[in-house]
Amino acid sequence: MSTNSDYHSMWANLGLDLAKHDALLGALGQLYQQTFLAQRDRPAGMAYFDFVMSEVHGLRIKELVDARAAGRKVVGSFCVYVPEELILALDGVSVGLCAGAEFGFDAAEQYLPRTTCALIKSFFGFALEKVCPYLAACDLVVGEATCDGKKKAYETFAGLVGRFHAMDMPQHHSPEGRALLKAEFLKLAGELEEVTGRRLEPARLRAAIATVNARRAALARLARLRAADPAPISGLDALLVNQVAFYDDPVRFTKAVTDMCDELERRVASGEGVAPKGAPRILLSGCPMAVPNWKVPALVEQAGAVIVGEESCVGERGARNLVDATGETVEELIDRLVDRYFQIDCAIYTPNPERLDHVRVMRHDLRADGIIHYALQFCTPYQMEAIGVERQLEAEAVPVLRIETDYGAEDAGQLRTRIEAFIERLRG
Amino acid sequence: MLATGLDIGSRTVKLVAIEGGRVVLEEVAETTHDPLGVCHRLLDGARPDRLVVTGYGRHLVQRHVEAEAVTEIRAAAAGARHLRPAARTVIDIGGQDTKAIALDDQGRVRKFEMNDKCAAGTGRFLEVMATALAYTLDEFAAAACSAPAAARVNSMCTVFAESEVVSLVARRTPRDQLALGIHAAIAERTAAMARRLLGDGEVFFCGGVARNGCVRARLAEELGRPVHTPDNPQTVAALGCALLAGDATP
Repeated sequence: MSTNSDYHSMWANLGLDLAKHDALLGALGQLYQQTFLAQRDRPAGMAYFDFVMSEVHGLRIKELVDARAAGRKVVGSFCVYVPEELILALDGVSVGLCAGAEFGFDAAEQYLPRTTCALIKSFFGFALEKVCPYLAACDLVVGEATCDGKKKAYETFAGLVGRFHAMDMPQHHSPEGRALLKAEFLKLAGELEEVTGRRLEPARLRAAIATVNARRAALARLARLRAADPAPISGLDALLVNQVAFYDDPVRFTKAVTDMCDELERRVASGEGVAPKGAPRILLSGCPMAVPNWKVPALVEQAGAVIVGEESCVGERGARNLVDATGETVEELIDRLVDRYFQIDCAIYTPNPERLDHVRVMRHDLRADGIIHYALQFCTPYQMEAIGVERQLEAEAVPVLRIETDYGAEDAGQLRTRIEAFIERLRG
Repeated sequence: MLATGLDIGSRTVKLVAIEGGRVVLEEVAETTHDPLGVCHRLLDGARPDRLVVTGYGRHLVQRHVEAEAVTEIRAAAAGARHLRPAARTVIDIGGQDTKAIALDDQGRVRKFEMNDKCAAGTGRFLEVMATALAYTLDEFAAAACSAPAAARVNSMCTVFAESEVVSLVARRTPRDQLALGIHAAIAERTAAMARRLLGDGEVFFCGGVARNGCVRARLAEELGRPVHTPDNPQTVAALGCALLAGDATP
């Protein structure tokens, strides 16, 4: 991204490889221009998110550096199961780490089999090539044992970063599974207390819960507004907002989303949208899309359809459900956190019927004409669930296109043909 | 009104023009290194009133010529519907794509499958294998049809299969048996894709590879039912485009 002032000395202090980092930012800036700024009829409220993206390795990193100088701790993670309320309650800063670009894969493949999903290869690539300032600014990295790929990769990754905390994950929605998640949250709380040198207090935890709830509520409001036809915001822009949620200061972010939702409400009232009324409406479902993984949504919207929802961790799955902030003790409040986080219907759970139900509900509520199921190659949990999603929903007369891809551009031509043909099918 | 369809494939460009419900022009040219030049040459001869384009070069042409673009899937479905109204499954093997398309009773695309990252078993694969065995394409199919048995070729990757075939020939494996083995493997692979959406109703086979009698026969055998191929399977998608150009809304 093009940064608005010179941060090279800051990046050098963080130990980044400046030449490679410059190359990365140059490519990202160009991609952002083509993918986002070239869109028509964008909401004015997107200016904030464009700015955040233009400063995603700049001003935001400076904020992290300043926060650390003031004694606060930065905690990085890769997954929506990591309860950021605990981090905020200890005055820490929670950030999502870079995992969305095909960068440093050659280096990554010295540690990982080639048949590893692009997301895992990406975070290895960013770490090994020293181009992720978020990772460089972390006091602690939390790695959750979700899929087999991540849990084995973290064994090696832990040695590439500073302090690392491994978090176990249940695989069943059972009482035992819930107990495990609670035990892991308590363990993480202890680790965070040690890293920050602070003690969790109920009042501060309640306040942190309120902060994160407010952000989730704002994202839910944004999601609901996309049910309108014409859609008031493109799927790309809405995805970007959900992506920025992992990097930005939560309070400032919530305000920006809320302001934009006010604007979108006016758009909906006046029938203004980003695509003509009646344009085919797509629900994306499947693996998370981290910045700058915009390949499939860009192809979909360039082909004349509009994406109206993301059944994804970077989207509805990650933001759904608020935490009940009633509780007198830290443990009671952690129980409330577990109540919420245990409902996340990640494909690592078996069986996982809740996810299919959520896809159905989202399709209905957002008035989607069809579903594109997106799975990263070698992401076995989502690739497996994709077949069931396609079978079940096609049997219910819901058109489904199942895509398996990665971060590369090699298959863009074939994907474009398949996506366009799917949109032709929706147009009838 | 001259309604014209243009299919810019990876190996050949096909043009079909319709006037008054009749095909008045049908041309096939090699794509070459300059597909746009080939398209201009074909279009200069046709001078269409309405043009619909398809194929991997559809967006390239659309940037230079006023035309509506549709996917090969919609184009092949429209052509197949016209030529064989009872068709409910369309199999299209072109230069670097294999597609299987399910049609509903109105001839609309109900579901489709298409190769994504790998072009194994497509027209280009057959061309490379024919060359490796020192056959022309026609000789290759004829040799496969009359071979007494099939010799197994394990790789379906164009690059690896070529070296495998060369080493098998060096070990005196009969050429015609290798030819049959390759054809059988393509039919097997294509049938596996088609079975994912095969319903009742007729099977229609088009695209350049449908000109190959051995692939046609093996595919029918694999699917356990007749496979219908038109007189000129290579121009079905271009015909579909011309038909869509003739309609009010392509």
